[in-house]
Amino acid sequence: MPETVISAQNLDLTFETNDGPVHALKDITLDIAEGEFVSLIGPSGCGKTTLLRVIADLEKPTGGTMSVNGMTPEQARLARAYGYVFQQAALLPWRTIEDNVGLPLEVMGLDRATRTERIRSNLALVNLAGFEKKFPWQLSGGMQQRASIARALAVEPAMLLMDEPFGALDEIVRDHLNEQLLKLWAKTKKTVVFVTHSIPEAVFLSTRIVVMSPRPGRIHEIIDCDLGPDRPLDIRETPEFLKIAHQVREGLKAGHSYDE
Amino acid sequence: MSLFRPNWQALAALLATLLSLTALPYTAGMSAQFSLAVAVLLAAGAIVSMLRLAAGLEALVLLVASFGAASMLIAGLAGATGTASAGYFASLVAAWLLGWRLVTVLSGDGSRTGQTAGIVAITVPALFGIWVLILWECIVRGAGVPFVLLPPPSAIGLRIGNSLPILAADFRQTVLKAVLFGYVVGSLTGFLVAILADRFRFFANGLLPVGNMVSALPMIGIAPVMVIWFGFDWQSKAAVVIVMTFFPMLVNTLAGLAASSDMERDLMRTYGAGHWQVLMKLRLHAAMPFIFNALKINSTLALIGAIVAEFFGTPIVGMGFRISTEVGRMNLDMVWAEIALAAVVGSLFYGALALLERTVTFWHPSYRR
Ligand SMILES: Nc1ncnc2c1ncn2[C@@H]1O[C@H](COP(=O)(O)OP(=O)(O)OP(=O)(O)O)[C@@H](O)[C@H]1O
Ligand SMILES: [Mg+2]
Repeated sequence: MPETVISAQNLDLTFETNDGPVHALKDITLDIAEGEFVSLIGPSGCGKTTLLRVIADLEKPTGGTMSVNGMTPEQARLARAYGYVFQQAALLPWRTIEDNVGLPLEVMGLDRATRTERIRSNLALVNLAGFEKKFPWQLSGGMQQRASIARALAVEPAMLLMDEPFGALDEIVRDHLNEQLLKLWAKTKKTVVFVTHSIPEAVFLSTRIVVMSPRPGRIHEIIDCDLGPDRPLDIRETPEFLKIAHQVREGLKAGHSYDE
Repeated sequence: MSLFRPNWQALAALLATLLSLTALPYTAGMSAQFSLAVAVLLAAGAIVSMLRLAAGLEALVLLVASFGAASMLIAGLAGATGTASAGYFASLVAAWLLGWRLVTVLSGDGSRTGQTAGIVAITVPALFGIWVLILWECIVRGAGVPFVLLPPPSAIGLRIGNSLPILAADFRQTVLKAVLFGYVVGSLTGFLVAILADRFRFFANGLLPVGNMVSALPMIGIAPVMVIWFGFDWQSKAAVVIVMTFFPMLVNTLAGLAASSDMERDLMRTYGAGHWQVLMKLRLHAAMPFIFNALKINSTLALIGAIVAEFFGTPIVGMGFRISTEVGRMNLDMVWAEIALAAVVGSLFYGALALLERTVTFWHPSYRR
């Protein structure tokens, strides 16, 4: 039985805004085991990003408990337990691609030889070998996002937190990156928490899909989804795949009230 | 395809040349023949330049006609100040129009290769500057504008050439001592205080209102006070410059330190980076466009501050001292020589900063290639 690495118990989060409180997360209870690939899906504003940010200690919950690797999120963050991929690549424009990937390694105080080696191997992993000396603005959006994934991987975290990393990319690039991410996950057995708006993407990648509903943000349903380790893109045409996709869609519909 | 390619500048130049023939000779110092020679040169230049020529040849024709006519017009003023007729000014306008046409030809249609574009980028402003001087010279001397109102550039140039030791001493006193020292110290302390104020927020909250008040103080008011505090020599001028440059740097650096995005700061946070790491690796870089903005503003402020501060007591050297005393003696050519020196120093200072800015903030969207 794999160990639980992320554990949320009755998590609550209310933002105090000028127009009054916003209840972003309500009573979230979720355990994620080592090596799982968990997708968070739900309509806009249902708190997916907020939940991911609580795991990453970028946001403090106002109620309930959260533990990451048996520690508080803050301890886990300082121990560099995770790599975070934002919706935008957020590469620093004054750094070349290789220096961007090396940024977290510099912060960690690693020596030059280790940095060079990790930059090389991770850029190769995301198929960006040969672009080391380019500046971010000289690369396409998809390449920039791949560089940001290489940057998160260079930390060699056991856990990846990804917030709609492929949201801004076209369908073909997205398919390609989905395949690469799946291979990477199968190879490294990292724990991945992945936020998405796309049902096919969630079903294709995940071992579990957490369907969330808005106002206040809560977990509507958790759907198991294990299509086996070997998943070519065509699996999206199979009946098993379509069945799970249908289930997710029904969950989303039920959680979403259109009458407001 | 016709042989002729008319354009409005050359046509207007031709018209002006014809008009100038109604008031010959141009000045008391020019014979009618000499005036006519100028008119012929201008008319020939205008007509030939409208033939279908290679761009290089056309530029050459325009160059010879416009500058040839201009130098003849300037020569015609010798011993004849204030006697220019309407014809003189008409042919001056014609020469200037041909000069304008030359710039248009040189700028081409914008589809130039990188190499010639560089040459054009230098020659076009240079031609523009030369024409400002020519028009200034001819109008002031031709119309006999009084010397105290506006001396001609030739007199200013002569004064500069004859007063190099004085100008050099003034430059040393004002620029190398007061401006440079005050600029470096003022900008540097502004920067360092901004870093501290950013770390300890309460400090910034207390400092900024005071800063706004101080920058609203008139320099005219603080300059005499500084003279009382720091003496007559350059130290009091440097103090004025420090006061003037400190707050623009402080305010701009503080704004710059807030320029990195939330996402970039969150990114550094996920790496567990401390305050100084975030500062060095992220926020200072993002602040650079703001810091250079302050450096450029301060370069102008420092020069103005040091010169004006010298109006309030100084040893008998310095650009501001010279301007205030020579105005009193009606030596306007010396005043203008100092103004020219200040303009050159200010432009070089600013240009050097702009160049440095390009290299440091090469990544900024406005400089990217
Ligand atoms: N810093 C904040 N301050 C105030 N309210 C916030 C803040 N961050 C998020 N919210 C609110 O919390 C709710 C959940 O936001 P969140 O960004 O987590 O949604 P999401 O599910 O990620 O949406 P999307 O799919 O559009 O990214 C929203 O109503 C949002 O307005
Ligand atoms: Mg979101």
